[in-house]
Amino acid sequence: MTQYLLRRLTYFIPVIFLVTVVVFCITLLLPGDPALAFLGEGNINDKVAYEAMRKELGLDQPVPVQYAKWLSRVVQGDLGRSVRTHEPVLEALGARLPVTLGLATMALGIALLIAIPIGIISATRPNSKIDSIGTVVAIGGVAIPEFWLGILLIYLFAVWLHWLPPSGYTPPSAGIWPYLRSMILPAVSLGMALNAVTMRQTRSSLIEVMQQEYIVTARAKGLAEKVIISSHALKNALIPVATVIGLQVGRLFGGAVVVETIFALPGMGRLAADSIFFRDFPMLQGVVLIMAVAVLICNLLTDLLYAYLDPRIRYS
Amino acid sequence: MVQTVDPAVRQGWRQGTRGKRLSILLSRVLRTRGAGFGIVVVAVVLAAAATATFISPYDPNVPQADILQPPSLRFILGTDHLGRDVLSRIIYGARIAVLAGVVSVGFAITIGVTIGLMAGYWGGWVDDVLMRLVDTISSFPVLVLALAIAFSLGQGLINAMIAIGVVFTPAFARLVRGQALSVRECDFVTAARVLGAVPIRIMLVHILPNVLAPIIVQSSLMVAQAILAEASLSFLGLGIEPPNASWGSMLRSAYQYMEQAPQLSFFPGVAIFVTVLGLNMLGDGLRVALDPRLRERGRS
Repeated sequence: MTQYLLRRLTYFIPVIFLVTVVVFCITLLLPGDPALAFLGEGNINDKVAYEAMRKELGLDQPVPVQYAKWLSRVVQGDLGRSVRTHEPVLEALGARLPVTLGLATMALGIALLIAIPIGIISATRPNSKIDSIGTVVAIGGVAIPEFWLGILLIYLFAVWLHWLPPSGYTPPSAGIWPYLRSMILPAVSLGMALNAVTMRQTRSSLIEVMQQEYIVTARAKGLAEKVIISSHALKNALIPVATVIGLQVGRLFGGAVVVETIFALPGMGRLAADSIFFRDFPMLQGVVLIMAVAVLICNLLTDLLYAYLDPRIRYS
Repeated sequence: MVQTVDPAVRQGWRQGTRGKRLSILLSRVLRTRGAGFGIVVVAVVLAAAATATFISPYDPNVPQADILQPPSLRFILGTDHLGRDVLSRIIYGARIAVLAGVVSVGFAITIGVTIGLMAGYWGGWVDDVLMRLVDTISSFPVLVLALAIAFSLGQGLINAMIAIGVVFTPAFARLVRGQALSVRECDFVTAARVLGAVPIRIMLVHILPNVLAPIIVQSSLMVAQAILAEASLSFLGLGIEPPNASWGSMLRSAYQYMEQAPQLSFFPGVAIFVTVLGLNMLGDGLRVALDPRLRERGRS
């Protein structure tokens, strides 16, 4: 396992490095001069201030030098300051991270609570009513845009039934019930696609495992079908499901951008959307970098979990 | 299961003309549940996109009546917050969806297939370098990277299509690399090499035709994802510029009038949902039709 971990880390480090290059290059593609963006419209004709700002931002130096200085600041935890609010980017991200993590966790929880039981029933009772409903939900779930589902849910539960608030965020410190009320609709919107993918994966991998010879042996020994599924089949069937869930983290972060915008949640996704609206490139750069690193770490952990659960992977 | 492929079908496939092959492929696609629905949806969306100028009842960008009118005989899907006909805007939106889907996936195929062929054929350090680049792009959440690229390039449909194309490139690069790795070991590739064919000829003439089937399947699924991505970018204000209509930008403005005119949020969403659903079902049908293992499993 240690050798496998080292092998994965030797792959992980160069990719992290390349990710920082891509994130840095985002600012190079920007039309216009970042120094002017920092100066604001009021000082746009002040040449002395402009030159001073270019020097302060390091824009008077060659691009590789700019990158090296930016990277050295990043590894020390300095992601720069917001053009709009002038607050440190890392602080702004730290304040919004719990909202996005809470949303992603709830979305994941809802998706798994629905997907795994329905996936198991669909696999064990193919062509039943639940299987048909599961298939429709799975096919529809990957086709429905998160933002449209969010709008429909707001209309149904907030505008029409008045059961839940249409938008806004209540922190957990204000009480768990108000927090859940503010998060349930965004979490359902975000979790629907994950639910669909997980349901399909659970169904297909359980069907495949149920055809294995050791399951036939268990049946021949006279074990009850419930015992066969819960004690023998499910453990192996859920290994690929764990991988699929791990690989969906990027999708959750991407979906959080639109979902947090619709439901006015002060998370990292909304911060990314606001950064675009206000052309706050240091903030956008910070959000993109943190999300990419988070996805890479999740992928690494998924790989390690997969290797732990299935020894064939680490010996291949 | 001894014999799973109908010999007549196999013979027809080998000896048939292009039209005959297409009809065999179509009959195989139609055997998958929902693929027929997918074909109909894709045909309707393509027809709407191609004939939008002729079939739209009104100019999509010009106010025609009072704002936020409910559906009526004159305006079948009502009017929006500026008094424009919603049906006409949805029909023109189909054109943007098709354009965004086809162009961005075309871009991704061009770059991804090139990377995949080179990595798969040459292997070694070329493979390592190209695949690390692909891994890097894959490590970004799709929508977040598309947002960042579209933000850097500026608002507009072309920039949105480039952004989507870049983030979809790894899917094609990985797919083609995997196929090319196995095809390059085939005898006919060795024979071509022995006869003096240059690498670019081997890649384009001998390897590429053998990896086309998975590319076709992946394309239909990625066009659906590209339409969703374009709608998301437009919803966030980074897609097509106003007053032009795209389904995502229609939802962006409709969302603000949810209480007064909920139908405005309904129709563009249905258009996105049905189109993506149709493309996914067509993709599933193509996957089963073009993959002999899946086809045989379906019959057994």
